[in-house]
Amino acid sequence: MPTPRDIRKRIRAVVSTSQITRAMRMVAAARLRKAQQMVEQSRPYSEKMRLILEQISSASAEVEHPFFQQREVKVRVLVVFTSDRGMCGSFNTNIVRQAVRLLKEPGAENIKLVLVGKKGEDFFRRQSWPILKVYKGLQGRMNLEVVRDLTDYLINLFVSGEADHIQMLYTRFKSMVSYKVGVADFLPINPPKTDRGATRQYIFEPDPKEIFGALMPAYALTIIQMALADSLASEHGTRMIAMSLATRNAEEMVDTLTLQYNKARQGAITKELLEVVSGSEALRG
Amino acid sequence: MFKLSIVSPERTLFEDNVESLIVPGGDGYLGILSHHAPLISTLKVGEIAFRDTDKKEIFMATSGGFIEVSDNVVSILVDTAEFLDEIDLSRAEDELHRAEELLNLTVTDVDHDRAIHSREKARNRINLIKKYK
Repeated sequence: MPTPRDIRKRIRAVVSTSQITRAMRMVAAARLRKAQQMVEQSRPYSEKMRLILEQISSASAEVEHPFFQQREVKVRVLVVFTSDRGMCGSFNTNIVRQAVRLLKEPGAENIKLVLVGKKGEDFFRRQSWPILKVYKGLQGRMNLEVVRDLTDYLINLFVSGEADHIQMLYTRFKSMVSYKVGVADFLPINPPKTDRGATRQYIFEPDPKEIFGALMPAYALTIIQMALADSLASEHGTRMIAMSLATRNAEEMVDTLTLQYNKARQGAITKELLEVVSGSEALRG
Repeated sequence: MFKLSIVSPERTLFEDNVESLIVPGGDGYLGILSHHAPLISTLKVGEIAFRDTDKKEIFMATSGGFIEVSDNVVSILVDTAEFLDEIDLSRAEDELHRAEELLNLTVTDVDHDRAIHSREKARNRINLIKKYK
């Protein structure tokens, strides 16, 4: 039986833990809001970009670009998006598990990894799969410089022929309670098609081909940016849920411990009273 | 008067009605007024200038992008762009120095192109400041 003093100490410890988890929950909520805003704010750009691509594809019969090149797949690259920090429930475990499943599939011997996030690195460094590059230090924030770097790096891998197929593995944010780990193709890109056809007779300057060439890297950038934004929103969302749960658990624990404490205190008082009474009884006897 | 929106991958930089617009098109500067024909063009490093409905002139430095014009709605997609008062002159000068040093050092074509591009960007910012401030 722990003494009331021990219990009080434990209560204090649990209370301070719950304060931390509560603060972390609030930070995660704020970051999540920011991440969602970011998705909203970058939407006009990517939508417009898509529209321009569609217009060019339908205006000029054949659009050719290195990014569209389908070739025999000798080397595959898998970009795995994890977080830098933990305390976000099963967020990283789910991605890593999915990645390992993909890596163990038959015919997956030619996969090389590009890792985004420290947690992914921590896991895969101890495994035998080849790692090409690691990006970390995002700290749960969107950083366009890193996105540019990553995009340039991947494009270079593909265009130089070091990789023939590049895929991304990341968590999609569906709602506060629903997250889905999924694979998406990055390169080669499927040319955006439209059934709307050319809606207007555009003047192209300098010419469709050149615009297209300039447009593709920017389009690739938005694909990576969107994937990262989705992953970040999911990270903060899962962290928020994990921290709410932790806070609730801590509160329940405080309740049970308080009950225990009161019982122990009462027990001690009863015991003391009994001792006093029986002592005085003995004296009188 | 027509609607202009300037967006970067991060956010919307400007969205309002304007009277006129000048952009650094892929084949040279383009002037755009109301009822311009539908147009899609690349943008080079340079200055974006437009006159808002109060006839006030607003200047921006851009590092390139795209423009799409249709039905009196103009969308500019920029890689990056800054308003005149957002430009940091000393930082731009630092960048110019760094780019020039890099140009002397680099051997590969890719790095060379990149250094030239960043030199262009820095020069563009400095020119804009000197011109209008």
